[in-house]
Amino acid sequence: MGTMKLTLKIWRQSGPNDKGKMVSYPVNDVSEDMSFLEMLDVLNDELVRNGDDPIAFDHDCREGICGSCSLFINGEAHGPGRGITTCQLHMRKFKDGDVIQVEPWRAGAFPVVKDLVVDRSAFDRIQAAGGFVSVNTSGNLVDGNAIPIPKNDADSAFDAATCIGCGACVATCTNSSAMLFVAAKVSQFALLPQGRPEARKRVLAMVEQMDKEGFGNCSNTGACEVECPKGISLEHIARMNREYVAASVTKDR
Amino acid sequence: MTKLDSKIPAGPIDRKWTDHKGHIRVVAPANKRRIDVIVVGTGLAGGAAAASLAELGYNVKAFCFQDSARRAHSIAAQGGINAAKNYQNDGDSVYRLFYDTVKGGDYRAREANVYRLAEVSANIIDQCVAQGVPFARDYGGLLDNRSFGGVQVSRTFYARGQTGQQLLLGAYSALMRQVGKGAVQMFDRHEMLDVVVVDGKARGIIARNLITGEIERHGAHAVLLCTGGYGNVFFLSTNAMGSNVTAAWKAHKRGAFFGNPCYTQIHPTCIPVSGTHQSKLTLMSESLRNDGRIWVPKKLEDARAIQEGRKNGKDIPEEDRDYYLERRYPAFGNLVPRDVASRAAKERCDAGFGVNKTGEAVFLDFSSAFERYGKVEANVRKIENPSPEEILRLGKEVVAAKYGNLFDMYENIAGENPYERPMKIYPAVHYTMGGLWVDYNLQTTVPGLFALGEANFSDHGANRLGASALMQGLADGYFVIPYTVGDYLADDIRTGPIKTDTPEFDAAEKEVTDRIAHFLNNQGTKPVDDFHRRLGKVMWNKCGMARNAQGLQEAIAEIRQIREEFWKDVRVPGKADELNQELEKAGRVADFLELGELMCLDALTRNESCGGHFREEYQTPEGEALRDDEHYAFTSAWEWTGDAGAANLHKEPLVFEEVKLTQRSYK
Repeated sequence: MGTMKLTLKIWRQSGPNDKGKMVSYPVNDVSEDMSFLEMLDVLNDELVRNGDDPIAFDHDCREGICGSCSLFINGEAHGPGRGITTCQLHMRKFKDGDVIQVEPWRAGAFPVVKDLVVDRSAFDRIQAAGGFVSVNTSGNLVDGNAIPIPKNDADSAFDAATCIGCGACVATCTNSSAMLFVAAKVSQFALLPQGRPEARKRVLAMVEQMDKEGFGNCSNTGACEVECPKGISLEHIARMNREYVAASVTKDR
Repeated sequence: MTKLDSKIPAGPIDRKWTDHKGHIRVVAPANKRRIDVIVVGTGLAGGAAAASLAELGYNVKAFCFQDSARRAHSIAAQGGINAAKNYQNDGDSVYRLFYDTVKGGDYRAREANVYRLAEVSANIIDQCVAQGVPFARDYGGLLDNRSFGGVQVSRTFYARGQTGQQLLLGAYSALMRQVGKGAVQMFDRHEMLDVVVVDGKARGIIARNLITGEIERHGAHAVLLCTGGYGNVFFLSTNAMGSNVTAAWKAHKRGAFFGNPCYTQIHPTCIPVSGTHQSKLTLMSESLRNDGRIWVPKKLEDARAIQEGRKNGKDIPEEDRDYYLERRYPAFGNLVPRDVASRAAKERCDAGFGVNKTGEAVFLDFSSAFERYGKVEANVRKIENPSPEEILRLGKEVVAAKYGNLFDMYENIAGENPYERPMKIYPAVHYTMGGLWVDYNLQTTVPGLFALGEANFSDHGANRLGASALMQGLADGYFVIPYTVGDYLADDIRTGPIKTDTPEFDAAEKEVTDRIAHFLNNQGTKPVDDFHRRLGKVMWNKCGMARNAQGLQEAIAEIRQIREEFWKDVRVPGKADELNQELEKAGRVADFLELGELMCLDALTRNESCGGHFREEYQTPEGEALRDDEHYAFTSAWEWTGDAGAANLHKEPLVFEEVKLTQRSYK
């Protein structure tokens, strides 16, 4: 099995106030079994040995679930391939001699911290605005089986709840809209009886915070769904819109 | 010398927790507002604790090194969470969950803690359902269960293969609700670098803002460490890249005893190592063992042919396959506990029967499951005389519905389609049962310093059963600490805010800044990972799935050598006042280099085999772990004395009043 030689063009930016630029790096001996991030590890190892500043990027679990990694590779969030995060992208998707562009998420609401690292705390603030069921910890709640939930509803709620909060939807969207992220949370709770009592208040509060953070509007291009590593469906945006309209015209919320 | 007091309440085991809760002190609502609590880590234990304490009215500051509280590694747990609900009417009970856990831990856990865990387990499910956690349900709309290794009932609740994610996002949403109210101040991208002890009590922490590099002082009346396990001491593990021991280790150096450091769980079903570039290992959920059968070839020549790529699993006829778990353990078969399954895989591979090019892999095969489910599905769909191809197709559909995401994950990493060829798996470091020693109240030997979840040593003995980590994290965070911390804090209602301009904070901060300066000015030649990799190799080879006295002694010498070279020759680029990921790693590896030695020392001191700690000198004629209850029925609690190799051993005797100690058998 041969190894590959690649040219990486990577966004370097020393801090929020630096202008930033693309810098070219050759990488040799890339095996197809490596993950994309392991390939970057190899490059960073070399940079450190040469006394250069390694490339900063967010990553943690490296199994596609924590939502930390966030690279825009050859113009696609999480690179080529569907249903995966950057850490799950393997080098067998590339070939010898390839030139690969690596950039951070680009969105006004996700300012660059350094190199490929961006600030996604806007997502936390949207969650804090209403992404929860108001239930305190108590050992005296009703039994988990007291309210049967139709399997289809539970499954749909689960599908929405698989969102990992990586921000690929925002990075992909031509308007930098966070609708898919917000809709996934709104939808999860809207589909469950536990979430219904606060459904109206929730959707209004989360959308208000989303707008405040400077995310753009949704124009239904559907790119977010395509690039979402968890395949969160656009249907959730439709559901959120219905919830929003219903909440907006209701006095009693 | 500090005397260990486990503070186990008196009385019958099923009354201990209730009586304890009824008698410990509480802090009145008006006084809770005057008390500050620091929670480090926002996984299941930390997220749950921070949210619950804020709900009660304490002022909480929560810290995590990730960019959001939602990313803690609890999120990666796949299989499920145990709870003694007995929804399946299959004979489960609090007692049975307790018993299974004590037995699964090879009789090295504290009975009272385990019983409490089993007791509150049912509350966890109710709590999570109320929060909107979308657990798997059956067609009647009720919660579904599956079975997990080491037990004979179905008590595991799950959310497809992403249970940890759903539970963590539940705790995170509870936490963010409190952040929105201002009851929790959230400090993400902050790493705790020391505990500050004032007059013998934990009174705050030193943390580094990972974006600006600023060193911050935070005072509080109590500090909760919910910082997870230390499996990354092995370099390769299923832990996240950032998972580390630093918070626990700093606490240890400030006086918190370290319990059973050598108890490491090696998980049997992980994707094998593919090369030297490997940065981490990926787990395939234990739930796969419900339907997959584990085997290697019976004949050495077949194994060799597979290793050399001349044959693959499908070429080996049924009669030439050795389903070694079913052969050795007929009662539990493929569902033996993790330690047993891992050792059995190692035994076969060491004997030459491994099934990949490195010889370190066994097959996990779903062909029987395809057939079994395919036949049922054909019946359900009223297909008469289905062809074998049809049955196979239907069976694959059913398996895909159950484990689709895991199969996809496998294909992505291994580059092979597991529907067509059996998966290859091998054991990998996954969880650490050891951790900071805590009493029944989850308090360490430093008053005011508590440890929750994987960061403490308390509930799993020498081996953790599947789907019990999530249970313990949430039990500690939601249902134990909100009571027990109050008992401690009742003395602090008139203390007032903790001042941080004191000599103790000065000294702790200076140590932190000095160490950072050392790394940055070191002018070494090798990156941090070089040393980490070397340490990991020593740990895996000599303090891994099997250990012996000679190997452990060698390991201690080798680790000391690596540590010395590390301090002389590590190269950390960049500056202190910026995002500097190499600097973060350097601090963590420095602590791993001390912990590794203590783990070896602990393993060397424990002259018996139990659970995940397998000393080759101590085994039964069949190769099973041979305990020595007469001499080793105790928890090791190590006291720091200024050097990892000179730690002082304290023993907490384990008294078993409910469970009779027997040779653990899964035959």
